[in-house]
Amino acid sequence: MTRLNRSQFVILTLVLITIVLGYYGRDLGKALDARWLTKFPSAWVIPFKSYISAAMTWLIEDAAIGPIAFTDVTRSVAWLIEQPYNLVLALLADGFVSGQGNEATVILPAISWIVVITAVIALGQYCRDWALAALVGACFIYLAVFGQWDSAMVTLASVLIAVPIGAGGGLMLGILAYRHPVFEKIISPILDLMQTIPIFAYLVPILFMFGFGPISALVATIIYATPPMVRITTLALKAVDPEILDFGRMAGTTHRQLMWRVLVPSASQSLMVGVNQVIMLTLNMVIIASMIGAGGLGFDVLAALRRLDIGAGFEAGIAIVVLAIAVDRLSQAFAERMGQVHHEQPGSWVARHRRTVLVLILLVVTWVLGQFSSLLLEYPESQTITTGAFWDNTVEYLNVNYFDVFEAIKVFFLTWFMIPIKTVLLGIPWPWAIAMLTLLGWHAGGWRLALLCGGMASLILVSGLWSKAMVTVYLCGASVILATLIGVPLGVLAALNKKAGAVISLLIDTLQTLPSFVYLIPVVMLFRVGDFTALIAIVLYALAPAVRYAAHGVRSVSGELIEAGLVSGCTRTQLLRHIRLPMALPEILLGINQTIMLALSMLVITALVGTRDLGQEVYIALTKADTGRGLVAGLSIAFIAIIADQLINAGARQARIRFGLEN
Amino acid sequence: MTPKIKLSCRNVWKLYGGNAETLLRRTPGPSADDIRNAGVIGAVRNANIDIAEGEIFIIMGLSGSGKSTLVRCLSRLIEPTGGEVLFDGADLLRASEKELIEIRRHKMGMVFQHFALLPHLTVLQNVMFPLTIQATPKEEAEAKAREVVELVGLKGREDYYPRELSGGQQQRVGIARSLVTEPDLWFLDEPFSALDPLIRREMQDEFLRLQERLHKTIVFITHDFEEAVRLADRIAIMKDGEVIQIATPEELVMNPATDYVEEFTRHIPRSKVLTIGGIMNSGTSGEGEPIPRATRVSDVAEKIIASDNPIPVSDDSGQIVGTIDRKAVARVLFGERGAA
Repeated sequence: MTRLNRSQFVILTLVLITIVLGYYGRDLGKALDARWLTKFPSAWVIPFKSYISAAMTWLIEDAAIGPIAFTDVTRSVAWLIEQPYNLVLALLADGFVSGQGNEATVILPAISWIVVITAVIALGQYCRDWALAALVGACFIYLAVFGQWDSAMVTLASVLIAVPIGAGGGLMLGILAYRHPVFEKIISPILDLMQTIPIFAYLVPILFMFGFGPISALVATIIYATPPMVRITTLALKAVDPEILDFGRMAGTTHRQLMWRVLVPSASQSLMVGVNQVIMLTLNMVIIASMIGAGGLGFDVLAALRRLDIGAGFEAGIAIVVLAIAVDRLSQAFAERMGQVHHEQPGSWVARHRRTVLVLILLVVTWVLGQFSSLLLEYPESQTITTGAFWDNTVEYLNVNYFDVFEAIKVFFLTWFMIPIKTVLLGIPWPWAIAMLTLLGWHAGGWRLALLCGGMASLILVSGLWSKAMVTVYLCGASVILATLIGVPLGVLAALNKKAGAVISLLIDTLQTLPSFVYLIPVVMLFRVGDFTALIAIVLYALAPAVRYAAHGVRSVSGELIEAGLVSGCTRTQLLRHIRLPMALPEILLGINQTIMLALSMLVITALVGTRDLGQEVYIALTKADTGRGLVAGLSIAFIAIIADQLINAGARQARIRFGLEN
Repeated sequence: MTPKIKLSCRNVWKLYGGNAETLLRRTPGPSADDIRNAGVIGAVRNANIDIAEGEIFIIMGLSGSGKSTLVRCLSRLIEPTGGEVLFDGADLLRASEKELIEIRRHKMGMVFQHFALLPHLTVLQNVMFPLTIQATPKEEAEAKAREVVELVGLKGREDYYPRELSGGQQQRVGIARSLVTEPDLWFLDEPFSALDPLIRREMQDEFLRLQERLHKTIVFITHDFEEAVRLADRIAIMKDGEVIQIATPEELVMNPATDYVEEFTRHIPRSKVLTIGGIMNSGTSGEGEPIPRATRVSDVAEKIIASDNPIPVSDDSGQIVGTIDRKAVARVLFGERGAA
């Protein structure tokens, strides 16, 4: 046994005291006749939500600069987004129509499914090769054959609008932040906050400003998808070789030339990674956005989920995945192609643009001949296949035959894992909890972090959400513990064994492309609503970073260190225990950090299956369109995320300093 | 006749740190201690350099000695904390942004250690780039670019992308690009350091060949003393941000200013640095074809040793100014330190 040194002893004692206090907290409160210790008295709550709601009302009804009212601004923004959206929607889904209602006549039908499929195949071949063309072609054919075409095109239309605006806007903001460090200082914490506040929280104000409908959904999507682009742009520009920057200046470029002809092209490959991120986030938002009026596949999933119609929900969910895979692979291949060498082919314009010409000819042909045969314009409904019944039957079969097994698993986890954690967390007297958090902050990162932790925890307390926040911490904490216990060993295995690595990475990729809602459907069907269902959905969703970072950390331990271990006669286990794992610790910590962030963002979604935490508070606010309530609960989640993030980052930094990887 | 001074810097300081400017305002010539006490880092300290027209001026120093910072102060890529940089007699540091862009577009060229080629442009487009941003008509720009591409020996590779070329070829592109605007002043920042030794040698020869044709004023940075000796008209040696000696290679070897400089020169074969003129004996006797006085000893050592009698030495105009015999050469070759 190694002897504990003094500080370890103190920490251990404090942890034990906290657990004991938590377990007996409620009884203690009763015994001392001080119930306020565990339950913050409602008379002390500061009504932040009413303040915010009042401010929102003022903003919508009275705010104006001179003659321009705030609503005029939102209306013109909405108009600006609406125009291109309507155009793309008409092209892909609705066709161009004149007149209203019954008198509407179609001037030009939407682009035929045949043309769209040909176009994506051509694009796939252009960007990489026939294999990619086959993949994306298959994806789109799947959409047509499984009867998801119309919804998928509506979704694609919103992606086609949201991505350029998000990527372009992100690029501009990123450039601005690169040029003006002051602006970067201002925008950086805002971006942090935007990425940690659950999207639901700002759905409410957006709903207020733009009304229910596709435009609101687009605005929410753009707001959600832009921050990573801003960040990647700034990082990519900063990462341009300083010599290239020097060269640009020595060549006598103006500021504008330097940016657009030297820096941006040099950084283009990293920038395309950002664009890819925007695309993926946009597709992530598809379902959530349908809550405030986006149609398409997201709406189908949401409707099915509300009906608990597993078959239909699953099919639409898979369709989102298929669309996401196609768009993702295409954009990645396109980015690669941009970075590659390609020599211009000789010949006339037509010879050089054979694919474009082919697609254009097909478009005209289908439009003309489509007048006579609707097959050319729309995939015949009679030929669609559905797998809904299959999924329904599978779940039914599992439920009928394995009900006891599922129930046993659920009860086991609840009694031995989840309920104890919940009891302890809810029982800790809040003054003690805040004191401990402050102490932890001070220990990990000095007085500034201590102040941050204590301050944010106190804000949650005075806004009257303490117990809900504790339920959030419990649900999130339990999921993160499980995800870490499963994910880190998987990651280590993936790093050490090539074959296992391939399988695991495929699994993780699949989990990550599935939109978060899709996890819920089968889990709900098997375990019904409740905390355990939420736990499983969160673990599945948040597993990926734990695995990825652990694998990366173990893989990137320097070869020299491994060799040093080998020549000192380490066995494989010793190598893992004494060299690989300790050196990978900082990376593993960062992975857990990401896992926490994902878990928190999943919380709101699991509110749909009846949890009683901050997520549910946000969800209720959304259904009641209560801006103040939604924002306060959303900010509380963000505070929890920020505290966790800062503490873990400080811990990871300490570990890196200890290993001499950073100073 | 003294040659015209093209570029000179007077009391140039570059200090990094929060209160760098206050420090320099309060004590115009801070000592190393002053700098340390103020919590400031002195990257360039009181640099004074005059570079003559048509000269190859080499700034030599180990990494961290401030040579890169100094050359960036001279080209004003970095704003010096104090001092002045006179380019053709005008203070570069007072030039407006617009003037500076004009100067860089027409009068300066720069070559970089890691080439700094734009990855998305072909060789020809890279070389044309400085002209493109000046809005030079396309035909004219292309013609000029093709000309310099040919000059650096890359004809036929105009449509390649940088990553398709070897390191040496990439640097040729960098050189072509820096020459396309026909600058008077040519900065080369460790241009050959990233290349293999064999290629480096080849590029050095190529560089000398180019300079013979172009007669640019050159500021060349290197950390390789051998390279400096091979190429330089004059060398400035830097250490800890200070220029500690400026001299011709020969003077450096013969009269090193400090132990530090001597340390550098010790491992350089003297015969490659010293000229015949530096070691010749007086007198006008001797037989055989006269040797020009600027010849490096190593180039003619064999010939002198093979000859039993002294050989005459001539100056630039062909006048006999001295003689050289095998004893003098042997002293250089086998170490005069031991002999003396």
